[in-house]
Amino acid sequence: MSKTLVEKIWDAHVVKSEEGFPDILYIDTHLIHEVTSPQAFDGLRKRGLPVFRPKQTVATADHNVPTLNQLLPIKEELSRYQVDMLTKNCAEFGIELYGLGHPFQGIVHVIGPELGITLPGKTMVCGDSHTSTHGAFGAIAFGIGTSQVEQVFATQCLLQSKPKTMKIEVNGELGKGVGAKDIILYIIAQISAAGGTGYFIEYAGSAIESLSMEARMTICNMSIEMGARGGLIAPDQTTFDYIKGREFAPAGEEWDKALAYWKTLYSDADAKFDSLLTFNAADIAPMITYGTNPGMGMGIQEHIPATAAQPETEKVSYKKALDYMGFDDDSSLIGKPVDYVFIGSCTNSRIEDLREVAQFVKDKRKADNVNVWIVPGSKQVEQQAKNEGLDKIFEAAGFQLREPGCSACLGMNEDKIPAGKYCVSTSNRNFEGRQGQNARTLLASPLTAAAAAVTGKITDVREMLEEVEG
Amino acid sequence: MKKFTKLTSAVVPLNIENIDTDQIIPARFLKATTREGFGENLFRDWRYNGDNAPKPEFVMNNPTYGGKVLVAGKNFGCGSSREHAAWAIQDAGFDAVISSFFADIFKGNALNNGLLPIQVSDDFLAQIFQAVDSNPKSALEVDLENQTVTIVETGEKESFDINPYKKSCLINGYDDIDFILNQKQLIEEFEQAR
Ligand code: SF4
Repeated sequence: MSKTLVEKIWDAHVVKSEEGFPDILYIDTHLIHEVTSPQAFDGLRKRGLPVFRPKQTVATADHNVPTLNQLLPIKEELSRYQVDMLTKNCAEFGIELYGLGHPFQGIVHVIGPELGITLPGKTMVCGDSHTSTHGAFGAIAFGIGTSQVEQVFATQCLLQSKPKTMKIEVNGELGKGVGAKDIILYIIAQISAAGGTGYFIEYAGSAIESLSMEARMTICNMSIEMGARGGLIAPDQTTFDYIKGREFAPAGEEWDKALAYWKTLYSDADAKFDSLLTFNAADIAPMITYGTNPGMGMGIQEHIPATAAQPETEKVSYKKALDYMGFDDDSSLIGKPVDYVFIGSCTNSRIEDLREVAQFVKDKRKADNVNVWIVPGSKQVEQQAKNEGLDKIFEAAGFQLREPGCSACLGMNEDKIPAGKYCVSTSNRNFEGRQGQNARTLLASPLTAAAAAVTGKITDVREMLEEVEG
Repeated sequence: MKKFTKLTSAVVPLNIENIDTDQIIPARFLKATTREGFGENLFRDWRYNGDNAPKPEFVMNNPTYGGKVLVAGKNFGCGSSREHAAWAIQDAGFDAVISSFFADIFKGNALNNGLLPIQVSDDFLAQIFQAVDSNPKSALEVDLENQTVTIVETGEKESFDINPYKKSCLINGYDDIDFILNQKQLIEEFEQAR
C-alpha cells in the first residue's frame, strides 16, 4: 500500500497499536532543556524509576542562559537554580549535557542538526514546541509537555494517536530578497495560526527542494505556528551532504546502511494526504507581521487589513491585537521607526542566517535609533562566524554579537525588549509580552531585519538590494 | 492524577480568541522546578498592572464571576508546549476548560493532568457566553461519563468528543505512564527486533 512519508516513519516506530487506544510510539531521540525537564525528573524520583535509555537523551541549557559573560555564574538566582538543577539531574540520571561553556552548547533545535544527532527517519521529541525544526531532515519531530517528557524518560515511548497529514507544495522561484522565513510567514498568513491543527505537514514542491538545510529548518520550525504537530521535508542529496561528517552522524559502513534506508523516505506518488495546499513562490514578498499571532502577517508593501473586514467573532481579538501593537487599520508599516532588531532564535540563528546578514551589512552602519542584537544559535555557530570574520563586520556595523541562547525570543532570560518598544525579530512568535512585558514584536526574515537595522525603520529590503546592484 | 467525573459550577468567561500559552503563563514565571504555585501568575499580564495592582477590568478580578470552569474563545492554548499553562489553570482552581477549538499540545497536557478540555461548537460556545452575559452566575453541568455539557438555566445541552482511553484515565485517575510502564517488555522486544 502506498504511504506518505509520515506514515512510513510512524509505522516503523509503532510498538503496539490497539483499537481504541493511542499507539505506543518508540522515540529514537529525546532532547531536553532546563525549563521543561525538572518536574519530569522529579516525577521519576517519586516513582523510583531510572531514565530507561539515557544514551538516547541529550541535554543543553538554552532558554534561561544569559548571552553575555557566559563564563561567569548566572546572576539571576532562579535562572541559575534551574540551570544547576539540569546539571544535577543529568549527572544523577546519566544523561549527556552540553551545558554552558561546552563547545556544543546552544539552542536545542540548532545543536541537534549541527551535531548530526538529527537524522532522517528518526522519531524525535523535546519539551519544546519548536521541535518541529528537526523535521527538515525527514524526521518525525514534535514538541511535548512535561508529563510526556517523564513518559519518554521512563519508557522511551509515547502514547500518541496517528496524526492527519497535510501536504503543502510551494512551486516556482522566489523573488529577490525573499527567503525561507518569508515562505513560512506567508503560508501562516494564508491559512491562519490554527490552520494546521491536528496535522503533520509535509512541505514539498520545487521551491522547497531548492532550499538549503538551514532554510528548510526555518520552514519546519514554524509549523507549530499554524497549530501543526510537526512539519517535515523528504530527505534528498542536500540533506545527505549536510549530515555527512558531522560529529555523531553515522560513518563508514553505518553510513552506507543508513543512506540506503534514507533513500526510501519519501511519500509514494499515489499516497493520500488528508489535506493538500499549493502555493506559488512568485506570489511571496518579504513578509512582516503587524499583530500578536504569527498568522497576522502581510507582504511588506501591503496595508494592515481593516478590523471591519474581519469575521464577526474575531473583531474583538483583532482590534485588541492592533491596539497592543499601536497600529491603525489600513495603515502601511513602511517607514515606521523601530527600536530593536533581534537576529536569533531557533528559527534564524544558524550560520547561513549570519552570513546573509553580514553580507548585507558589510560597509553599512546601523541607524542611531536602533539596538541590534545578533545571537548565534550555538557555540559552533558563534565560532564559525568568528572564523569567517563575520564578527568584524557586525562590529563595524554597530551590531552586538552575543553568546548563544534563546535570548530575546521569549523574555525569560535577561534579554528583554522594554515595554512599548518595537522590535523587528527573526524569531517565531509575536505574542503579547513574548519578548518582554508590553514589548511589540514584528516578525520578519533576517534580511528584512537587517534592512530595518540599517535604516532604523521598516524597509522593503528589495529596494536596498537594487541599490547595491545598481 | 486527579479524577474527573461530574461537575456543576459557575464559569469564568474569557471571550478572546487565540489565547496563547505565553498569555496563560508568561515565560518569566517558568523558572520554578515544581508543579505548584503557577496559579498566582495565571494570565499575569492581563490580570495585573506593571506594579502588581490587579486590573479591575479583567474577569478574574471581578468578584461577580467565579467557578471551576474556564470558558475561552477559539484556538485556546496555542503556542509554546509549556505544561505550566495547564498547571497554572488547575492551580488557580479550574477543573475544566471549554473552547470551540484547542491547540493540540495544550489539550494533551491538560488531559495528562486531569484538567478536562471540552471542545464545543462555535454556536454552543456563543450560547454559553450569552447565558453568562445575562446572568453571571449561570452554571454549567459537565458530565464526563455521558460526555455532555449543559447550561443549567436553559437546559441547552451539547455532547463533546473525548478519546475513550483518555476518558477512562480521567475517570479512574490513571496517567499514561502507569499504562505504558506495563508494556515495558514489549518495548524491549521492539528494540531488539530493530
Ligand atoms: S529560540 Fe525561542 S522558540 Fe526556539 S527553543 Fe528557544 S525559546 Fe523556544
